Amino acid sequence: MYKILKKQELVPNIHLVKFLAPAIAKKAQPGQFVIITVDEKGERIPLTIADWDKTEGSITVVFMEVGTTTQRFALLNTGDSIDSLVGPLGIPAHIEKVGTVVCVGGCYGIAAIMPIARAMKEAGNKVISIIEARSKYLLFWEDELKSVSDQLIVTTGDGSYAPQGWIPDQLTQIFEGEEKVDLIFAIGCTFMMKLASETSKPFDIKTIVHLNSIMVDGTGMCGCCRVLVGGETKFACVDGPEFDGHQVDWDVLLSRQSGYQDLEIQSLQNWESRNWRRTK
Amino acid sequence: MEQKAKKEKVPRQPMPEQEPKVRAKNFQEVPLGYPPDIAMREASRCLQCKNPTCRTGCPVEIDIPAFINRIKEGDFKGAIAKIKEKNALPAVCGRVCPQEVQCENNCILGKKGEPVAIGRLERFSADWERAQGEVSIPEKEAPTGKRIAVVGSGPSGLTVAGDLILKGHDVTIFEAFQIPGGVLVYGIPEFRLPKAIVAAEVEYMKKLGVKFQCDMVVGATVSIDELFEQGYDAVYIGVGAGLPAFMRIPGENLIGVYSANEYLTRSNLMKAYLFPKYDTPIIRGKNVVVFGAGNVAMDSARTALRLGAERVRIIYRRSREEMPARIEELHHAEQEGVELLLLAAPLNFIGDGDGRLKGVRCQRMELGEPDESGRRRPEPIKGSEFETECDTAVIAIGAGANPLLTKKTPDIQLNRRGYIIAEPETGKTTKKGVWAGGDIVTGQATVILAMGAGRMVANSIHNYLTLGW
Repeated sequence: MYKILKKQELVPNIHLVKFLAPAIAKKAQPGQFVIITVDEKGERIPLTIADWDKTEGSITVVFMEVGTTTQRFALLNTGDSIDSLVGPLGIPAHIEKVGTVVCVGGCYGIAAIMPIARAMKEAGNKVISIIEARSKYLLFWEDELKSVSDQLIVTTGDGSYAPQGWIPDQLTQIFEGEEKVDLIFAIGCTFMMKLASETSKPFDIKTIVHLNSIMVDGTGMCGCCRVLVGGETKFACVDGPEFDGHQVDWDVLLSRQSGYQDLEIQSLQNWESRNWRRTK
Repeated sequence: MEQKAKKEKVPRQPMPEQEPKVRAKNFQEVPLGYPPDIAMREASRCLQCKNPTCRTGCPVEIDIPAFINRIKEGDFKGAIAKIKEKNALPAVCGRVCPQEVQCENNCILGKKGEPVAIGRLERFSADWERAQGEVSIPEKEAPTGKRIAVVGSGPSGLTVAGDLILKGHDVTIFEAFQIPGGVLVYGIPEFRLPKAIVAAEVEYMKKLGVKFQCDMVVGATVSIDELFEQGYDAVYIGVGAGLPAFMRIPGENLIGVYSANEYLTRSNLMKAYLFPKYDTPIIRGKNVVVFGAGNVAMDSARTALRLGAERVRIIYRRSREEMPARIEELHHAEQEGVELLLLAAPLNFIGDGDGRLKGVRCQRMELGEPDESGRRRPEPIKGSEFETECDTAVIAIGAGANPLLTKKTPDIQLNRRGYIIAEPETGKTTKKGVWAGGDIVTGQATVILAMGAGRMVANSIHNYLTLGW
């Protein structure tokens, strides 16, 4: 059992959970993930490690409620425990001094990009961070990102927090400006990472994305998370999760991510119909 | 009349099983086990040879005539105790060992008629003990103060742990999944090996004093060198093969194409067959094809039937004779309605335009000269391509060596296929204090072979801890 030291709903449907996990905290590096199982019936779900504290022996994840398992996860509170927590998994982000780096985060990726932005800054890079939300009320960690960036750009889809726009708009503005960008990191929903990669491609700026394909074991044993990168099949769990966004076959990824959509809806309906009284 | 002539020859006793049509729709165990009277009758067939050849056919050298004799006399407690002297997992082995090529293949009775049903009797003994609710614990030797880390809780790891704990060592098993058992839990389906039985065997290990640390990926959460730093005196690597083989043909990333590892892990470990009671989904295909012809292919095909498939076909590029599956598994699968499409190999999968599998294009094969495996090599017949519909495909053509652990441990030498090089007589790797065995050394094999390796390694580790490397 793994104890929850802190649980907080950051914005509607996006939650922060801090676990007591000394072994993982000791090893965690930017870009790595854990796989959790909430309870005996839960799915194994991969979550990027958003923060860790070696002294406290804790790790923090930020996740969005999407399916049954994440809904049940969201119902847990400080002091509760989950069944299983394993990691750190995946190849760590490659951190080095390259010059100017743009770190892009959307949705849960606002938290997931944090350790990379911080590490790239500590490595001596100029870090420009861009975070995106549909609306102002879905934004979080603005100050946190600001503290590890030389410049922070916030953008909202509905313009409720100026300027109005999406990540590709902001990227284009930067690319067309004075600043020479050497590297981009993007974490968030697949569609955003796809658009960010498509935006940077004509400018020929290397773009690292963190792929979030469906996983089961997370150790390269099942091949569920396979993605097509540069024409080759790769396992996101052990060959990634970092890949060159310009090489990723986004259509295959988006298609595979939708593989269980009908079953996920069925599962959610089944669960909600029995648990509609329970609240967070 | 002479007494001898009066004595009726007892035939090999069949084991009651669920009816094929019934069992193809449920996940309950197929063979139901011997009742005590039948077990005693079967045991009475054993000739009690002076030089029992059955024993030499057993990778863990169970004293087979001795335990069978006790069953014959009704001393079931004595029988299981005898088995446990050599085998810590009798309920598992009684179910999944290929006895027909091991102990039973060596049985003298088998030369002219049918061999003693050793596997069924082993299973009977273990099941009898479990049903009593009182599991005997053998006496342990005095504590040695030595600590052993076993990486992987599959059959070989459990054997190493079970042996070394009895010798007085302190043993901890590290398991990457949330539940111990390795392939016994994620790979072999409920209808062939009920998970409650694996759990009982693990409980038995815990009673012996073996410690389990789940959710530990050695190579990620902790390295082998760190295990030594933590005070372990020896490390055993029994992580299994763990890398799914794909066929590298177009369309393999379509939704509905599974590796057998994924298909079985979803169904067995994550209990997707109980979806939506359990959260993990699995595609319940109506028209399923399985590639490969080993036991994993049989398990996949039979799982597909139980998940509600109307048609399940095993597509294999060679002929029936070359199929590596146990005869019993193939027999069970065919009884349940699994079809065989032999001498055919896939060329590419066909999608429905929306990313989902809707068919596969294959070609017919014929058998040519024997290849390095000694089996006749399948060769494509030109112009024999054909298409067939399917909505789910499971690739069960074997596994490779998972590099997660070995990549992080460069001082362990690998062969060119990525498997760990271990001394055949001891299981020693090229790294001091580290042993390896099971599928990560041999490539994908059987539960009992992995257990045989575990037995050998346990002896070697014990020698090392008492005498030196």
